Amino acid sequence: MRRRPFGTALAGLAAAMTLALAACGGSDTPAASSSSAGSGVTGTVNVSAAASLTESFNQIGKDFEAAYPGTKVVFNYGGSSTLAAQINQGAPADVFAAASPATMKTVTDAGNGTGTPATFVKNQLVIAVPKGNPKGVTSLGDLVKPGVKVALCAVEVPCGAAAKKALDAANVKLTPVTQETDVKAALSKVKLGEVDAALVYRTDVKAASADVDGVEFPESAGAVNAYPIVVLKNAPNATAAQAFLAYVLSDKAKAVLLAAGFQAP
Amino acid sequence: MRTQRRGTGSRAPLVLVLPAALGLLFLVLPLAGLLLRVPWTDLPSRLTEPSVLAALRLSLLTATAATAVCAALGVPLAWLLARVEFRGRKLVRALVTVPLVLPPVVGGVALLLVFGRRGLIGEWLDRAFGITLPFTTAGVIVAEAFVAMPFLVIAVEGALRGADTRYEEAAATLGASRWTTFRRVTLPLVAPGVAAGAVLCWARALGEFGATITFAGNFPGRTQTMPLAVYLALENDLDAALVLSLILLVVSVVILTSLRDRWIATP
Amino acid sequence: MTHLDTRIVATRGTFTVDIAFTAEAGEVVALLGPNGAGKTTALRALAGLLPLGEGRISIAGTTVDEPSTRTWTPPERRRVGVVFQDYLLFPHLSARENVAFGPRSRGASRSAAREQADRWLDRVGLASYSQHRPRQLSGGQAQRVALARALATEPDLLLLDEPLAALDARTRLETRSRLHKDLVGYAGTTLLVTHDPIDALVLADRLIVIEEGRIVQSGDAEAITARPRTDYVARLVGLNLYRGMSSGLSVAVDGFEFAVAEPVSGEAFVAFPPSAVAIFVTRPDGSPRNTWPATVSGIQRHGDNLRVQLDGPVKAAADITPAAAAALRLEAGQAVWAAVKATETRTYPT
Repeated sequence: MRRRPFGTALAGLAAAMTLALAACGGSDTPAASSSSAGSGVTGTVNVSAAASLTESFNQIGKDFEAAYPGTKVVFNYGGSSTLAAQINQGAPADVFAAASPATMKTVTDAGNGTGTPATFVKNQLVIAVPKGNPKGVTSLGDLVKPGVKVALCAVEVPCGAAAKKALDAANVKLTPVTQETDVKAALSKVKLGEVDAALVYRTDVKAASADVDGVEFPESAGAVNAYPIVVLKNAPNATAAQAFLAYVLSDKAKAVLLAAGFQAP
Repeated sequence: MRTQRRGTGSRAPLVLVLPAALGLLFLVLPLAGLLLRVPWTDLPSRLTEPSVLAALRLSLLTATAATAVCAALGVPLAWLLARVEFRGRKLVRALVTVPLVLPPVVGGVALLLVFGRRGLIGEWLDRAFGITLPFTTAGVIVAEAFVAMPFLVIAVEGALRGADTRYEEAAATLGASRWTTFRRVTLPLVAPGVAAGAVLCWARALGEFGATITFAGNFPGRTQTMPLAVYLALENDLDAALVLSLILLVVSVVILTSLRDRWIATP
Repeated sequence: MTHLDTRIVATRGTFTVDIAFTAEAGEVVALLGPNGAGKTTALRALAGLLPLGEGRISIAGTTVDEPSTRTWTPPERRRVGVVFQDYLLFPHLSARENVAFGPRSRGASRSAAREQADRWLDRVGLASYSQHRPRQLSGGQAQRVALARALATEPDLLLLDEPLAALDARTRLETRSRLHKDLVGYAGTTLLVTHDPIDALVLADRLIVIEEGRIVQSGDAEAITARPRTDYVARLVGLNLYRGMSSGLSVAVDGFEFAVAEPVSGEAFVAFPPSAVAIFVTRPDGSPRNTWPATVSGIQRHGDNLRVQLDGPVKAAADITPAAAAALRLEAGQAVWAAVKATETRTYPT
């Protein structure tokens, strides 16, 4: 049983395009297989996905396997940039889901993607504070108060770039005590109480809601991270890869992603 | 150790030479891969980048300081393990090797749980003296020392076990206290072992990444050592990462070989 | 006053050393015995490197180890100097620094310790070697530096552990006489531990022979060489030795009757040198001889002569000239007759 992956117009368009590309090797003839359930969709799909997608994609993977019996989804989670480097060095993967368009660009620029990556979800920054918000942080401006230790992501990684954008937009000159290499590391510093606040994704706060609270701030709207997904050019299992990509863009997957704190693109 | 030019035995047997050559190849090939990919033209400009120099300086400083800490604490610990019979010595010896098997990141978390702001000792340090280790250069040294100390302890303990304890007895009959004996006889006798241990320790500290990033975080000029800089560069600029790695590699090899001649050669 | 007064009881594994002896100031006493007799155990106990199980060690009137009164002085606070078997000169220090080590450890200033070291090196004739490292010294020189190092702490008791064993035969001769001279000037007690009877005889005023952890014989060189009391000592001094029951001028040893020249009664030793044993192919005639049938069990060179080991009712060693051996056509396994004149034997009570 299968639901057609036409949740929104945008997602539908992207899916149709990628499916068409997969079926016809770049020609613009509509794919005949797009409506026939289970035709050729079998085997293992290797998905390299940004670490922030871990919980959602695990669920989506399970759902996909249920929808397409005979398939198996294997995830390789990590920092987007690391994953991109692996792919560009020839790691065998079928699908790549990145946490930022910039990172995705390094893969497509290297000619390792097929077609235009589809943005399937967006993530917004929030201020993560220890449970109960002991320092009473309510805005970005509160982060520069004396005695408030803040962890940011390094600007080289997507969450750091987004944080910089937000801070610049708010015109806040913030010196963090540390520039963490990924968002989970920044969050764990909050969890362990080593810092009083960190700029992380809303999804991260949601996943760690037992230990941290999230403080929304208006400037985050200007620093939204889009998550693009693409089928890779050297995908060993292109058919199943296309099906998985289409599934990620489906309503059912979207519900899972929104529940995790992501926003619709 | 001086090499002997004239071989005394027959030619080395192939069953040993072949795996030896393979082993060497295995160790050297990744290095060759690195060298082949390095954008050599970028090298001079990268070298003079202030951020690179800051990271390099910090790396050398913290690795050296961590080695000093390891030597100051590790040599007595090795002496205790090698020379003093006490209950639970085997357990202590096993505990010493814990940082070797512990993933460095876990080591970093463990350090946070002890020396962190809410840690067992860290909280008290903060309250009593206003000292906080995480996110400071001192924190980098602590993280590196934690990970690197076993190398020194194991090397020195081995040297102490191999050393002739009768020299220590001779010193005692000459009126030397145990401390004098340790300082004037034992330590000079095991100096090559201590040097070897210190070199291992320094090299391990220099390459330390996981515990450092976890415990001390990453801040340029303060806690961003070369491995951290390399890791971050890897995020969006492979070439930069390769150049940084090469710099770290060359500097450490130059330092180690120059020290090696001075320390390890003299008995 | 007795300078060294000791009863050493120490156990190593299943082996127990139990020896008691005294020595005077200025006296050189040799502790002589085969390997494993307990000599080194005794030396280590005296130096404080091995605590006594029982007994007492008193040096120059001070008790340094007595388990029964819980008295214990660690080695660094005993006035004992040790020359170790392979000297154990600190390889990273020069000869002078080695000798200065003791005075320095006992609180002398650096310059005073150096001065003392120079003086001692001069006394052992090595003033010009003060800057040499141990590995640049010959065996004999290293031994003298070790002696200077031990004496520089001005000990009440000097312990020498096989001081010549590490040297080759030629150096040993020189070093031995040199050591003899150096010891003459030393005021304290010297205890020389050795398995070499020559060292003991040349260097010591008195010998204490120990076997299996017990003293088996003690006395001056003359007394011991003249009247050995164990096979080991007899072998050391080159005598055939037997223990038997005596009645008048005859001593019964394992069923063989030795005719002797000196009458004793009761248990007695019979001793005679190998040179006193004559070998014949046929039973010899003549009356005052001890003769017995024997089998040649071995022949070795011994100086200019050959030493023939004989099996029979009594075992004996015989020294004969190579010419005699050739005339007799001696070879292992050959049946011969052995003979010793009664006047060549020595008898003494056990």
